[in-house]
Amino acid sequence: MKASEICSILDAKVFNEIDEDLEIDSGCGCDLMSDVLAFNHNNNVLLTGAVNPQMIRTCEVVDTHVVVLVRDKQPSEEIISLATDADILLLGTHYSMFEACGHLYEAGLRGEEIQNDF
Amino acid sequence: MTFDYIVDPTEPERAGRASTKFKGVLKELGVSPKVIRALSIAMYEGEINMVIHANGGNIHCEVDADKIRVIMKDSGPGIPELDKAMKPGWSTASTQARELGFGAGMGLPNIKKWSDNLVVETEVGVGTTLTMEFNLT
Ligand SMILES: Nc1ncnc2c1ncn2[C@@H]1O[C@H](COP(=O)(O)OP(=O)(O)OP(=O)(O)O)[C@@H](O)[C@H]1O
Ligand SMILES: [Mg+2]
Repeated sequence: MKASEICSILDAKVFNEIDEDLEIDSGCGCDLMSDVLAFNHNNNVLLTGAVNPQMIRTCEVVDTHVVVLVRDKQPSEEIISLATDADILLLGTHYSMFEACGHLYEAGLRGEEIQNDF
Repeated sequence: MTFDYIVDPTEPERAGRASTKFKGVLKELGVSPKVIRALSIAMYEGEINMVIHANGGNIHCEVDADKIRVIMKDSGPGIPELDKAMKPGWSTASTQARELGFGAGMGLPNIKKWSDNLVVETEVGVGTTLTMEFNLT
């Protein structure tokens, strides 16, 4: 699924100008950065209600390049510029976490298999 | 080649700069994406721990032909029950750290998972040193 499709499915606002042609293979809905770090990610989109610089830094570390802020959360200028510097497309949707994940799932996007291999 | 970073404890919201900087260095050196990813996650977990559990510290990175070694040293409170701390789910993280999305007790297990070798030296009241290694071959 292309990032641009995610945009239209979620009726999303685009906060920065990063490539929307990016191909996305899986989705992850998570507010807990500990979990984002513990799971495996490959070309995924993160849906989150966590709007702080640490969330962007975490995405940078796990190579997540598309983030959707749910429930109309507004990022600060600082967060937008951090995202842009990290080459992360920052989107916002009016849908709740549950609804937003549901819409993407319905459109065929899946989560990654979770390996609890600790 | 060696690279050194200082981890500033005063701005927990901004922790992780050393890890993302070193990640950029490794990209430029042409290290494989798989190793970069494993190392960045492990180093970032360590860096967050230095900020939320200790008072910051120093990171020393050595890039050799066959491996990369990352040494993270703090003079924080130390870890009294290391065997528990190494297990998923054990955490003493503060409310502030939890508000940033940390404190699931997954950091140390995650560092162990992503590194090829991990040594934790810790002494209560003295500090903690993590030495992690990543094979390049
Ligand atoms: N550098 C350190 N100095 C002192 N105590 C530490 C340090 N690193 C870890 N600890 C202790 O070990 C516990 C487990 O650490 P771990 O990184 O696994 O989990 P966490 O930091 O609490 O949560 P998470 O990493 O999931 O956000 C911590 O809660 C803390 O008590
Ligand atoms: Mg931790």
